[in-house]
Amino acid sequence: MVLTRCSNGTGRAASRERCAARVLRGAFAFAFLLWFGTAIAIAPETVRDLAGDDGDARDKAIATLVASGDPRALPLLEAWRNGNARRDASGRVLLVDGDATVDASTGAAVAPAPPDLDELTLTNRVRRELDSAINALRLSSPDVGVRLAAAKALSGEADGVALPAIKAALVKETDSGIRASLMLTSASIELATGDKDTRLAAVRTLAESDHEATRTLLQGLLTKQGDKFVEPDDGIRAEAAKSLRVVESRLARGDVVARVFSGLSLGSVLLLAALGLAITYGLMGVINMAHGELMMIGAYATYIVQGVFRTYAPGAFDFYLVVAVPVAFVVSGVVGMALERTVIRHLYGRPLETLLATWGLSLILIQAVRTVFGAQNVQVENPSWMAGGVEVMTGIVLPWSRIVIALFAGAVVLAIWLVLTRTRLGLFVRSVTQNRSMAGALGVPTARVDMLAFGLGSGLAGLAGCALSQIGNVGPDLGQSYIVDSFMVVVLGGVGQLAGTVTAALGLGIVNKFLEAWSGAVLAKIAVLVFIILFIQKRPQGLFAFKGRTVEA
Amino acid sequence: MDAVRFDDVPAQRSTANGAAPGKVAAVTVSEPATKPRRMLLAEAVASLPRTALYGLAAFVLLVVFPVGNLLMPADSALHVSDYAVTLGGKIMCYAIVALAMDLIWGYTGILSLGHGLFFALGGYAMGMYLMRSIGTEGVYHSELPDFMVFLDWKAYPWYWRYTEHFWYAALLVVLVPGLLACVFGYFAFRSRIKGVYFSIITQALTYAAMLLFFRNDTGFGGNNGFTDFKRILGYPITAPSTRIVLFCVTAVTLLAGIAVCRVLVASKLGRVLTAIRDAESRVMFSGYNPVHFKLFVWTLSAIMCGIAGALYVPQVGIINPGEMSPANSIEIAIWTAVGGRGTLVGPVFGAAAVNLGKSWFTQALPEYWLYALGLVFVVVTLYLPRGIAGLWARR
Repeated sequence: MVLTRCSNGTGRAASRERCAARVLRGAFAFAFLLWFGTAIAIAPETVRDLAGDDGDARDKAIATLVASGDPRALPLLEAWRNGNARRDASGRVLLVDGDATVDASTGAAVAPAPPDLDELTLTNRVRRELDSAINALRLSSPDVGVRLAAAKALSGEADGVALPAIKAALVKETDSGIRASLMLTSASIELATGDKDTRLAAVRTLAESDHEATRTLLQGLLTKQGDKFVEPDDGIRAEAAKSLRVVESRLARGDVVARVFSGLSLGSVLLLAALGLAITYGLMGVINMAHGELMMIGAYATYIVQGVFRTYAPGAFDFYLVVAVPVAFVVSGVVGMALERTVIRHLYGRPLETLLATWGLSLILIQAVRTVFGAQNVQVENPSWMAGGVEVMTGIVLPWSRIVIALFAGAVVLAIWLVLTRTRLGLFVRSVTQNRSMAGALGVPTARVDMLAFGLGSGLAGLAGCALSQIGNVGPDLGQSYIVDSFMVVVLGGVGQLAGTVTAALGLGIVNKFLEAWSGAVLAKIAVLVFIILFIQKRPQGLFAFKGRTVEA
Repeated sequence: MDAVRFDDVPAQRSTANGAAPGKVAAVTVSEPATKPRRMLLAEAVASLPRTALYGLAAFVLLVVFPVGNLLMPADSALHVSDYAVTLGGKIMCYAIVALAMDLIWGYTGILSLGHGLFFALGGYAMGMYLMRSIGTEGVYHSELPDFMVFLDWKAYPWYWRYTEHFWYAALLVVLVPGLLACVFGYFAFRSRIKGVYFSIITQALTYAAMLLFFRNDTGFGGNNGFTDFKRILGYPITAPSTRIVLFCVTAVTLLAGIAVCRVLVASKLGRVLTAIRDAESRVMFSGYNPVHFKLFVWTLSAIMCGIAGALYVPQVGIINPGEMSPANSIEIAIWTAVGGRGTLVGPVFGAAAVNLGKSWFTQALPEYWLYALGLVFVVVTLYLPRGIAGLWARR
C-alpha cells in the first residue's frame, strides 16, 4: 500500500509536468488504483490469457474482465489501448506510465522496472475489442458525460464483448438519452449474434426505443438484396415490420409536436411584431412603416441595458431583462410619440402619405442607428437561465428562450386586452376609433389619445424588439425583415381586432412551419404570401371583421 | 372602420369638387369650378411652350448627348462623358417608371408599392436574351450561363426556351409584367381592394418575388442575377456607339411615353381615371365599372415599367433580385411625389432630381444619403403634396 501511494505520487507529478492528455488519462487510471487499491487482484490466469498469443483465449479474458466489473480492469484496458501495457518474461502484465511501472493484476508498484519488456499484442482487431470493452466499462462511470460518450461510441461499433456490461448498465441507467442509445445498441448486438428467441425479443424491444437510428436498423431487416430478403426468418421480419410501424408513428407524432412548437414560436414572434401595428394601423388607421425600426430601437435599448449590467452589475446579469423590458417599452414609446407629434399627426386621414412619410422616418432611424452603433450587428447575450431547453420527447428539445418568448407574447396580449377594455385610455382609444368627432364632442381629448395610442403601439414594438434580441441578431436592418410579415398578420387578422391578430399570427406561424417541411423555407414563405393575397380576395376585411354597414367613400 | 380615411386625398382633390352630380358626362367633361383662374393660368403656361419644351428635350437628348459623347474631343466644353451618358440613360429609365407610377398613382389614386417588380421582370426578360448572347465566352466556356454550370444543370429550363431570339425576349418584356399585372389586378380590383390594403399587398407581391428570385433553383442566377453581358444584337455592349444608341432609344421611349400618357389623360378615359381617384363611388353610381378602367391603366403602367427595365439592364450591365426589394419600389413612389403627382413632366424631373441627388450623395457623403432621402420623404409629404410641379404651377 505504501509503495503504491509513493509511485502514485510520482506518477501524478510526472503527468502534471508533461501535461499531455494521454498521460492524464493514465493518471486517472492510477487514481483509480489509489481508491480501489485494496480490491482483490485480477485473476492471474486472466492476465496470462490477455498477455498470451492465443486470440480466442484473449477474447474470452477480455469478456471476463468486462463481466467482472473489476475497477482495475478499466485502467488495464486503457493502458493497453494506449500502448502502455507490457509483459515481462514471467507473463506478468505491467502498466508503464513514464517512470512508474505497476503490476496490472495486483496494482502494486514494481520498481525497478524489469528489463526485456514486450508490448502486448495490439492489432486492429484487438483495438476494436478493447474499444468496446473500455466503453462498456465506462458505462458504469459516475459521470453522465462519460457514460453518454461511451454509449454513443458503443452504438457505432459494438462488439459482443460489451453486451453483458450494456445489459447491466441498462438496469441502473437513469438518463433517458443514454438508455435509448444503450437499448438500441444491445438490441442490434443481440440481433447480430443471438439465437432466434433473443432476436425476436430484441426486435420487440426496438419498438420501444426512442433512438432516431432505430428506424434505420429495422428498415435494414426488411430490405431485399436482389430478390432475397437480407433477413431470412419470416417471423423476425413480421415482428420487425410491426415494430417499425410503432416506431414510425411515434416519430411522426414527435415530428408534428416539433413543428407545432416551432410554428407557435414563430407565430409568437410575429404576434409581438404585429401587436403594435394592430394598435396603430387597426385602431388608428395609421400605416407606420417605421414600426420595424421602433422594434430595432427596442432591441438596441436591450443591448444597452445588457451592456450596463455587464459593466456595473455583473452579479445581477441574469436579471437584466427585468430592467430591459420596461426600458425598451419606454424608449420606443417615447420615440414613437415624438414621431407622432412632429410628423404623423399632420397626415391623419391621408394614409398613403403617412405610409411614405413613415418610410422616410424609418430610413432616418436606420441611418441614425448606423451612425451611433455602427453598421455591424451587436451581440446581445441571453441570461443564463434562458440557455438550454426542455426535452419533451427524445430528440425534441424546446429551447427556453423560445418558450419564454411565447409566454411573454401571451402576457403582452393579455396586458393590451386589459388596457383596451379596462382602462380609461382604452375606452378613449376605442371611442376615437369608432367615431372621432362624436368622441371629441363628448370631451375626449382626441389629439392626446392619438399620441398615447401611438406611443402604446410603438412601445409594443419596443417589447417585440427586446424579445427578438434574445433569439436573433440585432442590427440596423432588424426591423426591415419583419415589416412585411407583420403587415400581413394585421391584414389577415382583420383591422382593429386583437383576436384576429392573435389567430392570424399563430396560424401563419404554424402553416409556415408545416409548409417548410415539404417545400423549403423560401417557397413556404412565398406560398403563405400568395395565400394571403388570395385570401384577401375572399375576405377583404380579414378573418375577424366588424359587421357593419360602413359606407366607402 | 372609417373607410373614408383609407382614401387617398391629395391636394388635387379639388379638381372634382365642382363636378355636377348625375350624368356621366358631368364627371368626365366638367372642368373644375373652384379656383378656375389659377388652373387656367397654369394650363396656359404649361401648354404654350410645351411643343418647344419637347423639341428642346429631344434636341438635347438625341443630338447634344450623342455628338458631345462621340464626336467632341475630351477637353471640349461640349464633351459629354461616358459616365454622364450612362447616368443619363439610367435616369431616363427611372423617369419612365416614375411616369408609369404617376399614371396609376397620380391620376388613378392607386399607390403601388410593387412597381419595382414589373421593372425587374422586364429587366430579367431582357437579361435572359443578353445572357444567351454571351455564347460560350463565359468563365466555363459552356453554352449555358455560368450560374447554371455552377449548379450542374445540363440544359436550359423550359422558361428559357427561345430567349436566344431578341424578338421573343422583347415580347416577354411586355407580356410577363403585363400578364402578371393583369391577373393580379383583376383579382385585386374585382374584390375592391384599394388604398393602403392594395399598397401593402403589392409590397408583399414584390417581396415574395424577390425571395423567389433569390433562390438559385429558380434559374435566374439567384443572388447575383445576370451580369457580364457581352453583346446585344451582335454589337459589343460596352462600345461607345452601342451605349449612345441605347441612350437614344431610351430617350425616344421616354418622350413617346410622355406623349402617350398625355393623350391618355386628356382623353375621356383619362377623365374617368381622375374621377376614380377623387370619388370612386360616384363613378360607380354614374354607371361606370371602375374595375375595367383601373385594370387597363394598371396593366399599361406595369408594361411601361417592364420596358424601362429592359432598357435599363443593357445600359447598367446587371440585374439582380435586389431590384425587387420593397425599398426600391417605395423609392419609385417618392420620385413621383417629389416631381408632382397628377402632372406628366413632374415625375420625370422628380426621378431625375432624386437620382442625381443619390449619385451625388453616394459619392460625396455616402453616410448622409439615407438621411437626405428620408427627409425628402417626410418633407415632400408634409409640405409639398404637389411636388416640384406644384411649386411651379402656383407661381
